[in-house]
Amino acid sequence: MLDLINVSYDTQIPNNVGLSSDKKVLKALERWHPGYINWWNDLIPQNFQESMVYLRTAVSVDPKGWAKFDYVKMPEYRWGVLLAPQVEDRRIPMGEHAGELAWQEVPGEYRNMLKRLIVIQGDTEPGSVEQQRFLGLTAPSLYDMRNLFQVNVEEGRHLWAMVYLLFKYFGKDGREEADDLLRRSSGSEEAPRMLGAFNEETPDWLSFFMFTYFTDRDGKMQLESLAQSGFDPLSRTCRFMLTEEAHHMFVGETGVGRTIQATLDAMNKAGITDPYDINKIREMGVIDLPTIQKKLNLHYTLSLDLFGQEVSTNAANAFNSGIKGRYMETRIDDDHRLQGDTYVVRTVKNGLIVAEDVPALTAINMRLRDDYVRDAAGGVGRWNKLIEKSGIDFRLTLPHEAFHRQIGVFAAIKADPEGNIISDDEWEKRRDEWLPSKADGDFITSLMKPCFEPGKFASWIAAPKVGIDNKPGDFEYVKLHMA
Amino acid sequence: MNKPLKQHLIDPEICIRCYTCEMTCPVEAIVHNDDNVVVDASKCNFCMDCIPVCPTGSIDEWRVVAEPYPVDEQFGWDELPDQEDLGGSEADTGLEALDEDMAALLAEAHAGAGGKAKPPLSAAKPTVNLYTLGKPAVAKVTGIVPLTKDPGHDVRHIILDFAGQTMPVLEGQSIGIIPPGHDAEGRPLLPRLYSVSSPRDGERPNYNNLSLTVKREKGGVCSNYLCDLKVGDTVQVTGPFGATFLLPDDPEARLLMVCTGTGSAPMRGFTMRRQRTVGGRSGGMVMFFGARTPDALPYFGPLKKVPAALLEQHLVYSRATEAKEYVQDRMMAEEERVAELLADPKTHVYVCGLRGMEQGVEQAFVSIAESIGQPWGALKDAMREEGRYHVETY
Repeated sequence: MLDLINVSYDTQIPNNVGLSSDKKVLKALERWHPGYINWWNDLIPQNFQESMVYLRTAVSVDPKGWAKFDYVKMPEYRWGVLLAPQVEDRRIPMGEHAGELAWQEVPGEYRNMLKRLIVIQGDTEPGSVEQQRFLGLTAPSLYDMRNLFQVNVEEGRHLWAMVYLLFKYFGKDGREEADDLLRRSSGSEEAPRMLGAFNEETPDWLSFFMFTYFTDRDGKMQLESLAQSGFDPLSRTCRFMLTEEAHHMFVGETGVGRTIQATLDAMNKAGITDPYDINKIREMGVIDLPTIQKKLNLHYTLSLDLFGQEVSTNAANAFNSGIKGRYMETRIDDDHRLQGDTYVVRTVKNGLIVAEDVPALTAINMRLRDDYVRDAAGGVGRWNKLIEKSGIDFRLTLPHEAFHRQIGVFAAIKADPEGNIISDDEWEKRRDEWLPSKADGDFITSLMKPCFEPGKFASWIAAPKVGIDNKPGDFEYVKLHMA
Repeated sequence: MNKPLKQHLIDPEICIRCYTCEMTCPVEAIVHNDDNVVVDASKCNFCMDCIPVCPTGSIDEWRVVAEPYPVDEQFGWDELPDQEDLGGSEADTGLEALDEDMAALLAEAHAGAGGKAKPPLSAAKPTVNLYTLGKPAVAKVTGIVPLTKDPGHDVRHIILDFAGQTMPVLEGQSIGIIPPGHDAEGRPLLPRLYSVSSPRDGERPNYNNLSLTVKREKGGVCSNYLCDLKVGDTVQVTGPFGATFLLPDDPEARLLMVCTGTGSAPMRGFTMRRQRTVGGRSGGMVMFFGARTPDALPYFGPLKKVPAALLEQHLVYSRATEAKEYVQDRMMAEEERVAELLADPKTHVYVCGLRGMEQGVEQAFVSIAESIGQPWGALKDAMREEGRYHVETY
């Protein structure tokens, strides 16, 4: 067990920020750390806390040093504080300060804006762990259980990363915000997480995979835009977090892909060619493709909401002040100031969905969302390749951006997945064709039976093509603690 | 034809297009379009920085090619092309190591197999060339013990710890040790290859360490350097190397191991791997192990504790009594046992030791194979093609 009285921060917390000699940060961390460990211990069922999990730990930012695999008990995971190496003479990439030297300290006039962005990012990290806390109990394999816990400990490390910034650069109110990150809790009545999508529960493994594919991808895009920040410590923190975020994308894409593969295999084995022969398909213990489409519709649209209003002055300010950039800002070939530019945004005018030009500065959220949609479409294309290969006639699609929205201009209307505006009545009538119904949820829940034998998988999901860290198929990714 | 090249590729069926490799690559050799992430062969310098950062396992793919696949062709792939059969020597067209010197050394060591070596079908996928002469790993000596009591035959068991560095090494693979000093032209000395004698999860399970079995050679620059190391010293390491002399993961596979002296190193790794995973429930292992005397036989003590159900041992001494006995003599004495193994398609043969042992062992195989009506040449070729016949001699 971690010795909380004698934490040697340089050995137990892998870091490249000189933690042990930074008295101020050290004192704050020592105060915060026990609360974090309590949060973690209260979170995940006890027998998993005591199990040996084959996890990857980042011990340094060198490419060869941040993927160290070993069996660890999760409460003893070495949550590190690691920033991508400082780039000498790094310049602010965008906004009115474009071309100036990046800030190594918080500029006074942007202090509140920066703090808020860091707190929002920090709040999502523990939020998702809370949403996923009971999934271990129904893991379809030890391999998947390991992947879940890897995602969880890395979200935990990302919380550490944000807390470090709050301690290091934001003094007393930074410390208060760090405490609040542990006080708020996903789905709580009195102190919920800050963003809606992080208060929804993750009831089953297909939801988890969809969440890591779609919602964590929003996280990736937000990190990408913060990695452009003129505030250099934030940029360096986010750049390193992105290397870990890739694993979460992997869990989502392959998780959904393997779910589809199991369905295709079962259909072909039974000689079923009609993907809508739902009862027969479900009887085989796999999830039919139309239901997978409904799950996709739900998680994709919840994730679109995370990008906020299509036209936003907050986003314009964050860009203009050099706090938050666009996706791959440094690779975009323009003046990076956007003063006279426009950007196409879809909106609702007189009951019709129309495209209009708006000042590019105010459309920063929209632009990031468009990049997100492009990124998310790639994996859907690869899932469709699996379906094509199996010879079954079905295609998964991303629904129209107006479909099932709670935030932004489309929240005011109802639309079908093709983007046709429909009446409230029709929406109520047809909702269950497009989004998972209670019965769909009950069916999926009925499949969520744990499968804890090494190398074995639940009926509804196929084995992965490659093991983690090149391990063989029957590798015992989690040595379960049997109490 | 030009000399074949080793080309780094990414498996488009496994890759999730996260572009982490692209961001990590220090020479911008990795690029993507809307479909694929690919490596530009004209820029990749085999630094391997992209290998550990990949979350999927799609990145560690290699093909030996006469002409590298251009970027545009790779953009259009749905799956990786098969390895083309280029013929040629193992050094030129094998994937045992990416740098030429190491590939040449291993090809020479494997020459006794009589053709291009192939790994066992069920072997784990090896990582090669993660560390190079220009970018070596630094390991710390955490143990060094004499294995023999024969002063003329000083063999040491050396434990190297890699701390935070990734060193994914499989049983049967080798690592390079860079001896300190320079050659006459002031260049650093080339690494010397040593077979790892510990299993993949470490000399001690789940410690990031490995062991070597090193014999002090008279006038040997590297062997004397290694045998004189003290606990706490650091060593520069390259590798891992080797992609064929590997243990089948199939527990039903039967192993016939013939070795002399420090040729026992990979056999020790195989044995410990099986001991830690399947134990006596495996297809079994039979070892013919030769040395001058019991005092000169590495691991004589620990071997006695290995149960026969896991490892059937034939320890053979050439200087213990009047009658000199070599491994091939004992193989002949156990002709029926060896014949039964050779006839079984689950058997994998491993020969490792000094080059001088090859001829005698080969003759024993010829004679035993003939006794069951199988011409050894054809049987050997078939076994080698199936990844079931392996020779590493030096």
